[in-house]
Amino acid sequence: MKERIRVAAGQGFWGDLPDAPVNQVEGGPIDYLMLDYLAEVTMSIMQKQKARDPSAGYAKDFVPLVRRILPTCVERNIRITANAGGVNVAGCADAVREVARDLGFSGKMRIGIVTGDDIMSRLDEFLTHGIELRNMDTGAPLATVRDRIQSANVYLGAWPMVEALNQNAQIVITGRATDTGLTLAPLIHEFGWSATDWNKLAAGTIAGHIIECGAQASGGNCQYDWQNIPDLANVGFPIAEAAPDGTFVITKHEGAGGRVNIQSVKEQLVYEMGDPHQYITPDCVADFTTIQLEDAGENRVRVFGVKGQPATDSFKVSISYSAGFKAVGTLVYAWPEAYAKAQAADKILRARLDSLGLRFDQVLTEFVGANATHGPLAGPPSADAPEIQLRVGVRSSDKFSVERFTKEIAPLILTGPPAVTGFAGGRPKVEEIVAYWPALIPKELITPKVEVLQV
Amino acid sequence: MKVQLVELAHARSGDKGDTANIGLIALRKETYPILVREVTTERVKSHFEGICKGDVERFELPNLGALNFLLHESLGGGGTLSLMTDAQGKTFSTALLRMEIEITQDEAQILALS
Repeated sequence: MKERIRVAAGQGFWGDLPDAPVNQVEGGPIDYLMLDYLAEVTMSIMQKQKARDPSAGYAKDFVPLVRRILPTCVERNIRITANAGGVNVAGCADAVREVARDLGFSGKMRIGIVTGDDIMSRLDEFLTHGIELRNMDTGAPLATVRDRIQSANVYLGAWPMVEALNQNAQIVITGRATDTGLTLAPLIHEFGWSATDWNKLAAGTIAGHIIECGAQASGGNCQYDWQNIPDLANVGFPIAEAAPDGTFVITKHEGAGGRVNIQSVKEQLVYEMGDPHQYITPDCVADFTTIQLEDAGENRVRVFGVKGQPATDSFKVSISYSAGFKAVGTLVYAWPEAYAKAQAADKILRARLDSLGLRFDQVLTEFVGANATHGPLAGPPSADAPEIQLRVGVRSSDKFSVERFTKEIAPLILTGPPAVTGFAGGRPKVEEIVAYWPALIPKELITPKVEVLQV
Repeated sequence: MKVQLVELAHARSGDKGDTANIGLIALRKETYPILVREVTTERVKSHFEGICKGDVERFELPNLGALNFLLHESLGGGGTLSLMTDAQGKTFSTALLRMEIEITQDEAQILALS
């Protein structure tokens, strides 16, 4: 058994710095590269793309990335875990296999595929058997939106990926898998952790949580001492150096920018946190109140003491459904009385929308430069403000109303308050809303499937 | 004396659906008990009046010198439903750091704020 395993984060979300994974592979020693592509809303975006083109529906950027890094990964024996498969794991794997063949790896490497997360075709079976898939936030049963569902995927954990790694997959591609599982799976595989060693599984899960948002753990978006964080232009993404006993060090490659310290790690630990005693994943329940942090040298933070509890008997399900239409229009008003002009324009716009008799579920006005982030906490803006952006958003189940709204923004320039600009982009786009429906499902109803393909 | 949280803590925030979470982290170990005493769920709820329409929950993480707040019904429906610029609650962190709390002269001296 190796004494330590380095798992490097390469993407914090789909669309993160394109060169970050390349820098992780080339910038110093690592054993695994983990790539998290799937935020909650990402599945719905991929579902839209797949509806337009059946060969789409996965993180397309992953394929050219594999082309760039695979030769080095093979040479240095770096293995990859990625939830790049989105809603089309097979399509993603085919594209990656083609690239691997192109690079001359035919017969020389294996690609692991994890599926079984997609339960779209089984929803009616579940619903008729009394599995209501109630919304975890609102309590509403899924039946209320059944005819509008676009995708339904279970968050699978680390174990199917472990199976693929055990079968010597160089690259493991999953669909909806937890981001923490992408880090935990290599550690289970390398260290032979048992399925009931809850403390170690929790430690590996927390290592995954710390690095899953990329540079957010290594100096990016860091409130603490942000002015003095060095060289964010060349920010190094985080690396978890884990030991068989479940302790680990968070670090980054030497010479890369950014900063890993106790404060940067703490900020990431609390990110998107719910009840810290119960961070629930398919693999375990981690207790964040047991985490101990220690300075272990420059850009090194040691994490130890983590305790975990047995996994629950449910998987979380991520369901997406059509929820109407929205559009956002903006205009910029200049000094003097920029804020008063923007407010007046908003009144005029709303009066016109009212008289048109349009139907909206919500109309939201924000004044960027005054209240768009901190609302009333910001207090009134200076009367001398150089400019204020008027930003009006509407949402409706009635597409016509939203379309009509988009035609009412530009006319404000010639028919409203003066010193206004910022309409270069044309009419606002009408967007179909694909909303997120979190639910739980008993684990025994789900069978993850692992395939390992020869290239 | 009154002091603004930005002097005592750093923070990061994010979302889960229509709920914003704010992790509030003491800059120094000595400050954590003050945060526990002063930054109550009631104070946070009234600080975010007009923004947070649901309940506020608070969890303590003494091991990190941090408090975690959940502000329910705060993100205009959350996710893709929200029309807000900050639909993901990313700037709730510094919105909380605007809060003013009361500390004693002794505490101010310990923290070298007076």
